[in-house]
Amino acid sequence: MKYMLIMRATDEAFASMADIDFQEMLETVGKFNDEMIRAGVLVAAEGLADPSEGVVVDYSSEPPVVTDGPYGETKELFGGFYILNVTSKEEAIEWAKRQPVTGPGFKTEVRRVPTIDEFPQDNEWVQKERAWREATGQL
Amino acid sequence: MTDPTDPTGREAVAAVWRIESARIVGALARYTGDFALAEDLAQEAVAEALVTWPRDGVPGNPAGWLLTVGRRRAIDAFRRRSARDDRYAALARDLGEGGVVSGGAPADPGREDEDVLWDPDQIDDDVLALMFISCHPVLSREARVALTLRVVGGLTSDEIAKVFLVPTATVQARITRAKKTLAAARVPFAVPSAGERTQRLGSVLNVIYLIFTEGSSAASGDALIRLDLAGEAQRLARVLSRLVPDEPEVHGLLALLELTSARFPARTGPDGRPVLLEHQDRSRWDHAAIRRGRAALALAEGAGRGLGAYGLQAAIAECHAVAPSVDATNWERVVLLYEALGRLAPSPVVDLNRAVAVSMAQGPAAALPIVDDLVTAGALADSHLLPSVRGELLIRSGRPDEARTELEKALRLCGNESERTILRRKLSDLG
Repeated sequence: MKYMLIMRATDEAFASMADIDFQEMLETVGKFNDEMIRAGVLVAAEGLADPSEGVVVDYSSEPPVVTDGPYGETKELFGGFYILNVTSKEEAIEWAKRQPVTGPGFKTEVRRVPTIDEFPQDNEWVQKERAWREATGQL
Repeated sequence: MTDPTDPTGREAVAAVWRIESARIVGALARYTGDFALAEDLAQEAVAEALVTWPRDGVPGNPAGWLLTVGRRRAIDAFRRRSARDDRYAALARDLGEGGVVSGGAPADPGREDEDVLWDPDQIDDDVLALMFISCHPVLSREARVALTLRVVGGLTSDEIAKVFLVPTATVQARITRAKKTLAAARVPFAVPSAGERTQRLGSVLNVIYLIFTEGSSAASGDALIRLDLAGEAQRLARVLSRLVPDEPEVHGLLALLELTSARFPARTGPDGRPVLLEHQDRSRWDHAAIRRGRAALALAEGAGRGLGAYGLQAAIAECHAVAPSVDATNWERVVLLYEALGRLAPSPVVDLNRAVAVSMAQGPAAALPIVDDLVTAGALADSHLLPSVRGELLIRSGRPDEARTELEKALRLCGNESERTILRRKLSDLG
């Protein structure tokens, strides 16, 4: 079964990462990633660029409002994700516990990724998605 | 800290064990020089964790905790064994402080405990040596599979028993016997020398392949558990491909497993019945697995030493994986690959598959002589495969009477109900 580890951090925690030596960070995170590769459980992983580069599209009003962000306006930022192929939720949790970027305000959310087989197969849109997955070799 | 989803803590122990078993048993085996003892010690440490963690919470460094308990138990064991044992003397020296903490579990695993065992430069060799010893040719096939799943895969005896539909006691007996056999044969805990390695690697690949086929045959048992077993075999193949990246057949095996498992989502219909390759909905194949398989196959091919038996089977699976339909498959290439495989690993099943590929590439007339040779040789005498393929070729050659005889024979030999249905349908189509 596939699980997504969602890396979250408060603004303060995120800001504190700037104090860490970049080379050191690469090595710390790289070692953790390598552990998962060695264990044969890592399927995919991506990290996100600095939130100051991003924007937020807010649908509270019509038309939606686009603002710079999400920096400074949320309690927590989403920083990246891992997708693991493991045999149990506990195994996913155990990997999450080993994630090395830790401290006050850092969190990892562990969520199961349903497979497309769990959706109604006779639905036209599910079939379209299947075709797209087939054409592009998606997970 | 208790985890609300796992109030007893048992699942946490199982998860840690699955991730760490190979490194823990490997480190203890190197440390004690005694694989059988190391396996016992590791199991004792797990038993201890099952008591302690649910009560006191999971320790901050669970692997270090298990290793520390195992190490202290090792010292106790040597003490009990013989005070004259040289190894005990060495162990006592290792301790540095001269005192042996025995009995209880560590309150806090000491750094020095870990440093002795957890040598980062050794971990890969430990795990690799563990794979080689678990798959050693002096062991029976069942023993190799059980031992590999337990010490390298981190499965419990209960889990292994469930998968193979045997009592737990049977699995435990197999493992105990295997450990005694290894001890009696004086098998050292070490990575084989360069000269011996390729040959010994064959046994490791074979065990992983056996685990996969056991997991992928939907013949019996809980389908879900068995799918997990196939997944476990893939994980072991991935681990091995990282440990010995310069062995093309390891990548060939991984490619074969990925490309074969890619078809799993399409091999059963909504009614749970098996769907043959020609009727499978190819959009349901796992295309990410196909990509991974093709990447592994490219690595095997890129080594420039030619494909081995697993690599050739992976290349055949790739022909199917990239084809939009049965008719659009590159059957000429499939025939060539089966010819090569037949020379490398001759078997009647390979010949039969080659016959099917020849019939697709050149028509039934070219394929019949291959099948007839198998009949003459008395090959596959108890299997329905040969008469059902021969029957199909005769239908396509416009010889319905002979075809009927063959299909009836296949029906007599076939025990699988869904395949019997297909055979009956073919018979009724003949009128």
